[in-house]
Amino acid sequence: MARKFGRRSFLAGTAAAAMPWAPAVAGAQGVRLGLLTVKTGPLAQGGLQMEQGLSVFLKQKGSMLAGRPVELIVADTGGNPAGAKTKAQELVERDKVDFIVGPLAAFELLAISAYIEQAQVPLLSLAAADDMTQRKPNSYFVRASATSSQCDHPLGDYAAKEMNLKRVATISEDFAFGYEQAGGFQRVFEGEGGRIVKKLWPPLNTADFTPFLAQIADVDGVWNGFAGANPIKFNQQYAGLGLKAKYPVLGGWTAYDDALLKSFGDDAMGAISAAWYSSDLDTASNRRFVADMVKQYGNVPGGYAAGTFINGMCIEAALEKTGGKTDDRATLIAALRGVSLTDTPRGTFHFDRFGNVVGNVFIRRLERKDGRLVNTIVKTYPNVSQFWTFDEKKYLAQPVYSRDYPPLRS
Amino acid sequence: MIRAAAAAVALCALAAAPLWIPGGYYLNILSQILIYAIFALGLNLLVGYAGLVSLGHAGLFGVACYAVAWLVAAGAGQLVAALGALAVLLATTAAFAVLSLRSAGIGFLMITLAIGQILWGMAYRWIDLTGGDNGINLAARPQPFGISLAFATPFYYFTLIVFLVALASVAVFIASPLGASLKGTRDQPRRMSALGYNVWLIRFLAFLFSGLWSGVAGLLFCYYNQFVSPNVLSLGSSAEALLMVISGGSGTLLGPIAGAALVVVMKNVASAYIERWNFLLGAIFVAIVLFMPEGLVPGSARLGRRLWLRLRGVPAAGGAR
Repeated sequence: MARKFGRRSFLAGTAAAAMPWAPAVAGAQGVRLGLLTVKTGPLAQGGLQMEQGLSVFLKQKGSMLAGRPVELIVADTGGNPAGAKTKAQELVERDKVDFIVGPLAAFELLAISAYIEQAQVPLLSLAAADDMTQRKPNSYFVRASATSSQCDHPLGDYAAKEMNLKRVATISEDFAFGYEQAGGFQRVFEGEGGRIVKKLWPPLNTADFTPFLAQIADVDGVWNGFAGANPIKFNQQYAGLGLKAKYPVLGGWTAYDDALLKSFGDDAMGAISAAWYSSDLDTASNRRFVADMVKQYGNVPGGYAAGTFINGMCIEAALEKTGGKTDDRATLIAALRGVSLTDTPRGTFHFDRFGNVVGNVFIRRLERKDGRLVNTIVKTYPNVSQFWTFDEKKYLAQPVYSRDYPPLRS
Repeated sequence: MIRAAAAAVALCALAAAPLWIPGGYYLNILSQILIYAIFALGLNLLVGYAGLVSLGHAGLFGVACYAVAWLVAAGAGQLVAALGALAVLLATTAAFAVLSLRSAGIGFLMITLAIGQILWGMAYRWIDLTGGDNGINLAARPQPFGISLAFATPFYYFTLIVFLVALASVAVFIASPLGASLKGTRDQPRRMSALGYNVWLIRFLAFLFSGLWSGVAGLLFCYYNQFVSPNVLSLGSSAEALLMVISGGSGTLLGPIAGAALVVVMKNVASAYIERWNFLLGAIFVAIVLFMPEGLVPGSARLGRRLWLRLRGVPAAGGAR
């Protein structure tokens, strides 16, 4: 009956042989952590790193948080909304988890948002959909990474003030994450006197960006918001067409994520990116995290691994506040949202009233150091809120960034 | 006799499912199986009985999904939204049918694929209407006769009733003269035409009926997930439904149900234990094609019969070769 064999969960407590559908007490004082990730399909690379980050965290803690053993249950959503919903139900109703970390993609998160609110299970996701902490907030949601536009607001500021760019073209995948990133960059960049002259939206599965890149002319720089494996292809083709020599390139956090560094060639050198995490950051916890990731998985961590690692730290801090108790969900989520940490892989941060992070955004330059590529931090914007420097009320009264908002000025 | 007994046992097992299935999670899986079974039953009307292979049915499934979510979000009552969604669905299906029934065979496959992709593209890009890839949330499940469907058990019974109605209506349709003439248009369209049957009209009616059940499944799916996004209309969803029909046994009443159960169980239950579950699903499909090319249900019936005859010492028909 208790068919738990082969399941990728590790148990640090004792009472392990519980039936999967037995009530929560069967976990004997254990905290149950569910991870919604993607292990199959095109998003699997990021999903794998999410699992690695959380595993490294639990290993560092000996699978004990606030004096309680922790059990991790990993579920594969397959990278689609219906799968995310079913797997969220599995974690909540069958495995009786106390927290859910994940899911990865915005459309997965939006699909389970209503259910999570109803089930009252604290959810810590890396998915960036702006409205989850803006116009459609969820009281059981906490985001320690960033909204889609959160890193691109300061990047717009940096591009206008420090790089002195005047005319920029944007290129990003044709979906909400791309729109929201580009919108954030455009709004701040134009607010500081710059001008977006062209917005290009290649479809998600475009194999060849050349027809889009051919439309770029008469600009000072190019901003891109690619994600997944597309940044590698984009930078190759961008350099291959000779554009790199003419127009400097900027990007969001997924476009130059540290986990991609081993795959980039010289094509990407010199790229300026804005990210909420950088493996280059010199804090004690980050040095240890990076060393453990390299030792255990042979790769420098990027945002996906760092995100779940930091989520683990938030969960630990919340449990310490509640004395390890998870029964009272209202107290638990209040404790989680009240978490404020100083030594983390992304530095100091806390949460705003929507459960979204207020923390550092790093501007980095991609360079070669000692024969390997690194994103060197050139400037740190501290305490960046999802609303940047705008007034919260006015910000929320405007529509969410989309393909045509803010519009191109003619 | 045996069939009637088996049907009665199956019906009792389904009706008593909340008693013998532990916990809401597995009951939800069973609801999902029934929803996909309704979808596959609808698709099978075309694939199995009319010989028209459609690769665009997820479009119809999705149109109903979007219509109901949009209407509820726009402030319509649940009943109005459901009826409105069915009206939108039938209009879409009729247009879909008129366009695609201009051809049969590969041509039909290509046109349905194209229309399915157009509907997907609309869901993805008509952002004002559909919310793009952020999708639309459905605020609440309906409450027919004041019964809340918010929890697993009432929702399961609701789905089960719709499923039984779908199954019965498909069975009656297949046994009816119209069903017989539909099979005629599949096997001998020219002869049917020569006999004075309006082949186009018969196929059109079958398409409408098929679209209706696919859309009803879409409605239930929207109620179940309380969320809809373009993924529902993707080519992958159409292909998955087709795989359910073909692996279970196209042109049989129970085949699509077995196929739906197979795919849903692999996707949702097996994936918790086996990391490479889609590899396993692929291997199962290959095994079905190799050993039971006619599908799971007719194939196992054939193997079972042969085993039965062998056990009784009767050489299987043709076994002496």
